[in-house]
Amino acid sequence: MSVPKTTAPRLSARRIEKLGFASLAGLSFLLVVPIIAVIIYIIIKGAPAISWAFLTEMPADGMKAGGIMPAIMGTIYLTLGTAVFSVPLGIAAAVYLSEYAPENRWTRAIRIAIINLAGIPSIVYGLFGLGLFVIFLNLGTSILAASLTLSIMTLPVIITTTEEALRAVPYAFRVVSTSLGTSRWETIRRVVLPQAVPGILTGVILGLERAAGETAPILFTGATFFLPQLPNSPLDATMALPYHLFVISTQVPGMPIQIQYGTVLVLLVFVLSMNIIATIIRSRARARRQW
Amino acid sequence: MNQTEIFERRNRESRGEWVITRLIQAAGYSSILFVLMIFFFLMANGLPALKDVELSNLFSTIWYPIEEYYGILPLILGSLIVTIGAAVVSVPVGILTAVYISEIAPRWAKEFLKPVIEILAGIPSVVLGFLGAVVLAPFLRESLNLPTGLSGLAGSILLGAIAIPTIVSISEDALNTVPKSYREAALALGTTRWQTIWGVTVPAARSGILMAVMLGIGRSIGETMTVMMVTGNAPVMPESLGVLFAPIRTMTATIASEMGEVASGSPHYHVLFFIGIVLFIITLAVNVLASRIAFRSRKRSERVLS
Repeated sequence: MSVPKTTAPRLSARRIEKLGFASLAGLSFLLVVPIIAVIIYIIIKGAPAISWAFLTEMPADGMKAGGIMPAIMGTIYLTLGTAVFSVPLGIAAAVYLSEYAPENRWTRAIRIAIINLAGIPSIVYGLFGLGLFVIFLNLGTSILAASLTLSIMTLPVIITTTEEALRAVPYAFRVVSTSLGTSRWETIRRVVLPQAVPGILTGVILGLERAAGETAPILFTGATFFLPQLPNSPLDATMALPYHLFVISTQVPGMPIQIQYGTVLVLLVFVLSMNIIATIIRSRARARRQW
Repeated sequence: MNQTEIFERRNRESRGEWVITRLIQAAGYSSILFVLMIFFFLMANGLPALKDVELSNLFSTIWYPIEEYYGILPLILGSLIVTIGAAVVSVPVGILTAVYISEIAPRWAKEFLKPVIEILAGIPSVVLGFLGAVVLAPFLRESLNLPTGLSGLAGSILLGAIAIPTIVSISEDALNTVPKSYREAALALGTTRWQTIWGVTVPAARSGILMAVMLGIGRSIGETMTVMMVTGNAPVMPESLGVLFAPIRTMTATIASEMGEVASGSPHYHVLFFIGIVLFIITLAVNVLASRIAFRSRKRSERVLS
């Protein structure tokens, strides 16, 4: 007798479930539609501006014509400059956290510091870089000052992903290596680090991707409006793609919209190709892993 | 190689090892140093503002630096309004998407959705700002019949888009760490998967989800280029929620747009650094709170599992 009573609400629960699943699926795919639309829109709008000259020539006529080569080169300089400082420091810090650090309050303090570095707004990094590197250390607005600022900003990304990659190397590898009479550092250098290379590479690229696309930290530390020629040394200021886009879309009246979209497309390709390379490295490493 | 040679070699090696270990340790501790240095340089450049500018001026409602009105309240409120607007969009959408990806989606949908959302996370904020200014703002102006589309609303929408990837990926991690046995136990009791999700899985992951929300909000408060390009940059005191449809100005945008033109060491310069201190403290509080939540939940789950 009680059977109809229990089946009736169960049926409606099933219907609720179906409805719920469908609406969540709908929401998730609706979220993705504008993202894809934006990418396609930028490609369509920006592609006509792209030419060999656009990529390799200096800007002309108050940036309203010509190319964006110095901005592209500037972003490459800044990305490489950031890598010089943040990659060795970030990997070493991750090695410490994964291989050496004891579980105590100092290690916890390091972790809290890393979380906070990750959360500090990019414009605050800009202020810090201005205060320390540009003024206090007297580096001026320069590639060096901007790279140092960006490297501290990218450090948390590199540290956390590298540590994850190191921790994924099985403990047994370390035991076997140490039992063969190697020291701790030799084990790390010859066994742990080589195994973690794909994971580390992914983290490094994702960190540098962020550095390449950022504008706020370089506003007062190294970016400049316009340069008649490429910077000569790390102590010169430089043009950079994100800052250039900001300048031509807000500060230059009468800027041809096509050049603006062309710059957006170049910046997006620059940044997203790093993103895609990182994703490919990660998924290939996952597929090949044998432990 | 005789005995002494072996010992000498060992000695040399261990000395090299000692140096390397110390270097690695120093690198490990460098993060603490950087946080302290950032704090110090903000304080050194920002605290003189309290000397240069009277408190009643600093916490007034007028920001007009040319006439030496340095009231930062409109900027703080501007940041708050845009951030709240962003949270209204991004928190529900982010959590629901994470639930779908983690609990419901078939494999192909997962493999499609995750990389696309990661792409959104990778789009530089200046690109979103640009699109906001040339596409979104004109659209808002025409569809809502506003005098200008460069408004708090445009800022909120784009900040929501910036916060969503953070919320999705951290919430998804949190949902993934809920032990499978929880779900199996619930299903064995005869609940539907839908009931299991909302009755068991999501509550079990709630602290991780809360952390995701806080970190997403933290990102929104600190975002600079996008809000600078789409909010219209009017540092006026917001008086009601209607300002969402008018131009406003955030703390971040104020620093970004004015720091380039001030003389180093002037009161205006110090006040801009002071705003940096306010931002630093807000994000510090958000992050410490978020990591507290995560830490406490880890303790609790250890207790449950033991």
